[in-house]
Amino acid sequence: MTKTTDKKTGISRRSLLKTGAAAVGFAAGSGAISGFPTIWAQSNITLRQFGTGVSNLNAIADKCKADLGITLEMTATDSDAAAQRAVTQPDSYDIADIEYWICKKVFPTGVLQPMDVSKLKYYDELVPLFKTGKLTPDSVIAQGTAPHTVGYVEAQDSKVFAKAPTNWFTMVPTIYNADTLGIRPDLVGRDITTWADIMDPAFKGKTAILNIPSIGIMDAAMIMEATGNIKYADKGNMTKEEIDKTIDFLIKAKQAGQFRAFWKSFDESVNLMASGEVVIQSMWSPAVAAVRSKGIACRFQPLKEGYRSWGGGLGLAAHLSGAKLDAAYEYINWYTSGWVGGYLNRQGYYSANMVSAKKFMSEDEWGYWIEGKPAKGDILSPDGKVMEKAGAVRDGGSFEERMGKVACWNSVMDEDRYMVKRWNEFIAA
Amino acid sequence: MTVALDQPATIATKPARRRRSFAGVAPYLQAAPLALILGAFLLLPILMIAVVSFWDYDFAAMYPDFLTTNYADTLGSWVTWKTYLNTLKYAAIVWALTLFIGFWVAYFLAFHIRTTAMQMVLFLVCTVPFLTSNIIRMISWIPVLGRNGLVNSTLVQIGLIPKPIEWLLYSEFAVVLAMVHLYTLFMVTPIFNTLMRIDKSLIEAARDAGASGWQVLWNVVIPLAKPGTAIGTIFVVTLVMADFSTVQVMSGGQSASVALMMKNQMSLLQYPAAAANAVVLLVLVLLMVAGILRIVDIRKEL
Repeated sequence: MTKTTDKKTGISRRSLLKTGAAAVGFAAGSGAISGFPTIWAQSNITLRQFGTGVSNLNAIADKCKADLGITLEMTATDSDAAAQRAVTQPDSYDIADIEYWICKKVFPTGVLQPMDVSKLKYYDELVPLFKTGKLTPDSVIAQGTAPHTVGYVEAQDSKVFAKAPTNWFTMVPTIYNADTLGIRPDLVGRDITTWADIMDPAFKGKTAILNIPSIGIMDAAMIMEATGNIKYADKGNMTKEEIDKTIDFLIKAKQAGQFRAFWKSFDESVNLMASGEVVIQSMWSPAVAAVRSKGIACRFQPLKEGYRSWGGGLGLAAHLSGAKLDAAYEYINWYTSGWVGGYLNRQGYYSANMVSAKKFMSEDEWGYWIEGKPAKGDILSPDGKVMEKAGAVRDGGSFEERMGKVACWNSVMDEDRYMVKRWNEFIAA
Repeated sequence: MTVALDQPATIATKPARRRRSFAGVAPYLQAAPLALILGAFLLLPILMIAVVSFWDYDFAAMYPDFLTTNYADTLGSWVTWKTYLNTLKYAAIVWALTLFIGFWVAYFLAFHIRTTAMQMVLFLVCTVPFLTSNIIRMISWIPVLGRNGLVNSTLVQIGLIPKPIEWLLYSEFAVVLAMVHLYTLFMVTPIFNTLMRIDKSLIEAARDAGASGWQVLWNVVIPLAKPGTAIGTIFVVTLVMADFSTVQVMSGGQSASVALMMKNQMSLLQYPAAAANAVVLLVLVLLMVAGILRIVDIRKEL
């Protein structure tokens, strides 16, 4: 962050801020002296951010206050509530921290404004996955709501997603990961290589999938396709017949007693795994870490069909303008400038700006989390707990290996309502 | 609910002793606090739920309308029927078990403990588990019943069973067990209360007339315990019908209940559909309560 730009905008902002103009001026002055972008420290700028919880972390709000002087008010909800709030209460937030499939639902309603790419300081450093859909030039674009398909609009006032990168970004990508099945290597007794293994009769009554329809259906689709029962045109946007086939398959498996439970929350999945009730199940990366931190073997098993991936970003509310809009841009630039990226990487998620995040991670941390190298020393979580002992290697390997094998993204289907109805039948069956 | 609603009416019928000028207003004033509270916190919300149940919706918002599709969807789906049947099944099993256990606990407390002090002490002992949250009482069953839980590992270790019993946890058995554990006290309390009011001379009279122990129980105690039984039944049945957390947690999400179905709909923001479901459930439960009150006249006995 350079102080010169801050100073300039500070002066223009001063005219916009009817009250507290002197304070801003003072802040601009102090910023020039100390060399920190403390422009907001005395101006009491508050940004209200709401989102799906994964990245609504207090540590980020604290650091933001310390670095920028911007107070972040965070509200965490589940994804369906987030989608609803984004649309129905557009004045209740300044920053929407939502997943890309929610963006697909929400952006066309006009409650968010696109970002001017030229104002994003770190735009060029962002992972190409969010611009072209390809991690490396020869990657295959995954199915589902791939972030780049809803990443741009044609113009500032447009609500139609652009086919190729433009100057107008719908959301700045922040956090993403690749999910797969979690297993208990000590209890499965054989190599797990495919999503179809969850349907192995040997694991009857010892498997679980998650009971969140929009994500559960994707895991089910990965399983269905892996068993060779069906070939989807697009897993992320099934037809009614495909939904029927998938749900019927699940119901049959449920009635045959294949599943031990269906979990809804993070801690349920941890307990199922830690207690040995299930040996193979849908899981999220931090849940695997939580099981392991209890001293119980648990692997986030890479599978040959690839990963189910998800990604989130920050969007700007349509009502933002003037000083608040400037503050929001500054916040987003700060978000992508590395500290947050390092923090997220160290939690097992991925930052969209790897270049800057690297500067905030030790060589060993970078090697373990991103390059897939064995840890040289103990790997600590951001709050200082030992997550992995020296010598450990991350499941699935490096960033390129994991994110390069994404088979589908979390998505919203055209037949969403029908899918949910059928999913409820599966749970009741 | 019905009982509480009737209260203002009974108060309102006896203003005779008041002075004339006051007579018109006083009963209304007396009834006002309860009427206000019930009106604002019970009737109004129910009314709103009923209104919303006719609205239209999409993922983002609800639209005021008068549609019957929510009801058609709810009542026309086999999932609803199956779920209602399942919930009614839980209600019936849990009711029978809590009634049986609750009655004998109350009977023991009322007739076999001689001193009132001891009765109260033992009754308080019954309520001790209720000092913790019912979620905790429910969840604490999980490590007991699990595959590697207390029961299974003990049985396997003493060689009674070769491998762990799977149906102890995440099954209908687990749901019923947890519910019986959670709700038995709601049966004990009212039955104990009515048993304590039974005039001991009635029992002596029955004995003098030559009745055996069972005859006393069947012809004297049980008929006189009816009001308590009815109140306990209302508690247990309404609690089970409205339960979602026990079913969700103890069945591992494998079993459905009406309230769980509503919760699913609400988490997917389908509020009008959930409201329609709530109205159907409310009507059903009110019918059940009305049925119970039909059989036992609680007011007369209290």
